[in-house]
Amino acid sequence: MLVLVEQSLNGLQFGLLLFLLAAGLTLVFGIMDFVNLAHGSLYMMGAYFAATFVAWTNSFVLGILMALGATLLLGIALEFIALRHLYGRDHLDQVLATFGLILFFNDAVRLIWGPAGLSLPLPAWLTVPVQIVPGVFYPAYRLSIIVVALAVAALLYIVVMRTRIGMLIRAGASNREMIGALGINIKLLFTLVFGLGAALAGLAGLMQAPILTVQIGMGENILILAFVIIVIGGIGSIRGAFMAAIFVGMIDTLGRAFLPDLLRTVLSSAAASTAAPALSSMLIYLLMAIVLVVRPEGLFPAAKR
Amino acid sequence: MKKAFWLAGATILALAQPALAGDTIKIGFVSTFSGPTAVIGNDMRNSFELALDHLGRKMGGKPVEVLYEDDGQKPDVGKQKTEKLIQSDKVDFVVGYIWSNVLLASLKTAVDSKTFLISANAGPSQLAGELCSPYVFSTSWQNDQTPQAVGTYMNQKGVKSVFLIGPNYAAGKDMLAGVKSTFKGQVVGEEYTVWPSQLDFSAELTKAKNSKAESIFVFYPGAAGVQFLNQYAQAGLKQQIPLYTAFTIDELSLPLQKDNAIGVPGAQQWVNDLPFPENKKFVEDYRKKYTGLRPTFYGAQSYDAANLINSAVVAVKGDTSKKDEMKAEMEKANFKSVRGPFKYGNNHIPIQNFYLQDVVKDADGQLSLKTVATIVKDDQDRFHDKCPMKK
Amino acid sequence: MKSHINARNVIVALVALGLTLLPAYSALTGNIFILTLFTRIVIFALAAASLNLIMGYGGMMSFGHAAYLGIGGYAVGILAHEGIGSGFIQWPVALALSALYALVIGALSLRTRGVYFIMITLAFAQMAYYIASGLSRYGGDDGLTIYKRSTFGGLIDLSNRVQFYYLCLACLFGGVYLIWRIINSRFGMVVQGVRSNEQRMQAIGFHANRYRLVCFVISGTICGLAGALLANNTDFISPAGMYWTRSGELMVMVVFGGMGSLFGPVLGTIVFLLLEEVLSQFTEYWALIMGPLLLLIVLFARGGIMGLLGRLSRG
Repeated sequence: MLVLVEQSLNGLQFGLLLFLLAAGLTLVFGIMDFVNLAHGSLYMMGAYFAATFVAWTNSFVLGILMALGATLLLGIALEFIALRHLYGRDHLDQVLATFGLILFFNDAVRLIWGPAGLSLPLPAWLTVPVQIVPGVFYPAYRLSIIVVALAVAALLYIVVMRTRIGMLIRAGASNREMIGALGINIKLLFTLVFGLGAALAGLAGLMQAPILTVQIGMGENILILAFVIIVIGGIGSIRGAFMAAIFVGMIDTLGRAFLPDLLRTVLSSAAASTAAPALSSMLIYLLMAIVLVVRPEGLFPAAKR
Repeated sequence: MKKAFWLAGATILALAQPALAGDTIKIGFVSTFSGPTAVIGNDMRNSFELALDHLGRKMGGKPVEVLYEDDGQKPDVGKQKTEKLIQSDKVDFVVGYIWSNVLLASLKTAVDSKTFLISANAGPSQLAGELCSPYVFSTSWQNDQTPQAVGTYMNQKGVKSVFLIGPNYAAGKDMLAGVKSTFKGQVVGEEYTVWPSQLDFSAELTKAKNSKAESIFVFYPGAAGVQFLNQYAQAGLKQQIPLYTAFTIDELSLPLQKDNAIGVPGAQQWVNDLPFPENKKFVEDYRKKYTGLRPTFYGAQSYDAANLINSAVVAVKGDTSKKDEMKAEMEKANFKSVRGPFKYGNNHIPIQNFYLQDVVKDADGQLSLKTVATIVKDDQDRFHDKCPMKK
Repeated sequence: MKSHINARNVIVALVALGLTLLPAYSALTGNIFILTLFTRIVIFALAAASLNLIMGYGGMMSFGHAAYLGIGGYAVGILAHEGIGSGFIQWPVALALSALYALVIGALSLRTRGVYFIMITLAFAQMAYYIASGLSRYGGDDGLTIYKRSTFGGLIDLSNRVQFYYLCLACLFGGVYLIWRIINSRFGMVVQGVRSNEQRMQAIGFHANRYRLVCFVISGTICGLAGALLANNTDFISPAGMYWTRSGELMVMVVFGGMGSLFGPVLGTIVFLLLEEVLSQFTEYWALIMGPLLLLIVLFARGGIMGLLGRLSRG
């Protein structure tokens, strides 16, 4: 029973991390109708910035804040220089252009930081395991990811649902021409949204950096997962991204945790241990395929355009 | 319009440069120089270059030319680069190969064209067994050998039970099978993770913790090793369940693993402090030539590969058409290896010692690997019977 | 219609001629590698052309085309591994399996549109990738070496570089010709009509999805052929060749060359793979040049290389 609690926490934490990445992606996709493969590169840049600034300032919190700012600026610059010219273009053009950006960022990082990757060490107060229920210890840092991601989700909800900017964002998502016609500076709004998306990607990147590593290409595999999440959740829907992210995180983790034992009851032990990882990584894609076949617009579609 | 023609023409010309047939020894070096694992390729290239420096950049009186090619960690690209080196550049040797799958894809091209291939890292079981070839030599090991040594060490320490974790690809399975073949205690659990995409091991660590195993064994090369060690330490397991490793801690991952790696044992056929004069020279000169870097076992194997080739070229006085004589010379392993003397088995895989290594703080306060003991002497891989070549 | 003699058509004709004469050039200069390189290019061009059929003409953005390369390849590899070396068995099996896979996933995927279609094709291709990784009998993740290329009862020797090259080239020309016939047939007109206005075609009485599905299956089958060729070319097959990045590369080749033009994907593949080869000779940091180049092509050369040539020929 306690194992189940702990594994569920693992799944929740992984799902919330994915949510941070997916939220920015779904905002940009839903509002600007822009497919940004370079979102994964921004995630990578967030982690590299954090590792660099934390080493410079010798302060974990200060370094992370600086990294967030840097990713935000990078996102805005990227939008201003290149990406704004791609709005309204075919999705494929966007895919090709941002695929080019992935290539560029990966090699630029290799040129600047070298191929070895960096590490982002945790301050001592985050490395101790915390006792959450009697008998269950959980890494403090993983708990802090859960807390931060939940706070970001709440903040996003308030911004999108309760503020004027949020109103414009929602209006933009459902009818782009209309808010332009109303005299809203749509270019500025888009730049802002893109910057916000970039900062969220950067946050996801730097939050995971102490658990995983900071290395070239770290954005690509997880980017596909983020796309899976926003498609399951419904493009443009923050709520959908949140639910789908937790769903995917749970399925992935619980699948890995319990599928091998489950399979062992029907298969030989050796066959089960080799089949299980392939099967559990397939689960997510299977889930997406089923969702799309049954509900082609995703589980929580944003308002129809 | 015209420009397009010129561009096309220039491209064709650039590709069409015929190989210059000079009086040089040509060596093709295939490794990974792009992507996250480029650090390994760089270390291999650095060490190979250092070996050439030490040889005066000549073998058998002839100047040496090395062509480095990037396989991008992809089997089909590695195979294509091997073809280019052999067919277009007409090299005398192809060397390198970090990954088992890249090596297996490239093997046929080299063997069919009777070009010598020296694997400076990859050691899939097929290479030691049914796919062994007169034209293929290894300066590393067969995959199973290192974890077998770890298993033996765990027996020596009296470990009663173990939980195994490794990536779900051939080398990963070879590694876990290797430990199981020598470890005499009980294997409580065995988990395979998705390779290379899975980076979060929380589910596996939780299972290991709850299995009440006395120890954990893992195999995670490169960045995954850093992640595993971080997560193992953060989960507080370092104080609870001791960890044993193969190919998880090396000089490339250590600067990222930092204190998490202290006290975690592993096995290797080469450690930087082995007391042989050649090894001292290799390590010291490497650190002098490439400031801030330290050689790894990948580098040591590449350094040995250069010297193995040199021994063959010297034996035929630079006439690389005498393939049989070169093969006979290489089978003697007649050169000063940085791991100390070793012999070749019938399958051209080294019969060698494996050492226990541990992570300590050295004189400069830096973390480094240190030889603690010799686990096994003159170990031969367990697939050599399947190789049809006889000694 | 404008005159047929314009820069675009001249270049296409020159490229076709160049591809045909390449073995002679290779024999004259003794450069074997250029033939090896172009064999690979020709095979990928066939795969890109097949993708172009559904992407450029059918409006179906498949992000899972690498799966067919894998299925075609594994059909050859597994049969060879089990001792069935005849191409007369291997190749029909490769084509049939690709067609079957395309039929099943097409029937399910075509319920969706746009980005959702991109993602569902990706999902199925990833599942195929993981299944291939799980085939431990056939090398699993490490892949499978093919020791003997397909035999055709002495008709053609695939181990002979020149013969194999011409076989691949014939498949490419045949594939492009087939696609040309399809898009100019009544069937092809309907598919293109569905792409530009689905509701109208439905209203006229065409079952849009049936036409799409048949088109999808044809494309998958041609790509399966490319897979069988590729496996023979590399003497090796591994799941890595089915990963989503490979599907992405195929898409890039198509868009790079010019989506929805008959020869665009062929030119796109040639230029893309040659650039990769040449740039990587000059510098390890070739992606630093290639990346922005892709961005510039999208920004300033709509319609890819073919679009660029088209504008050049208009003046």
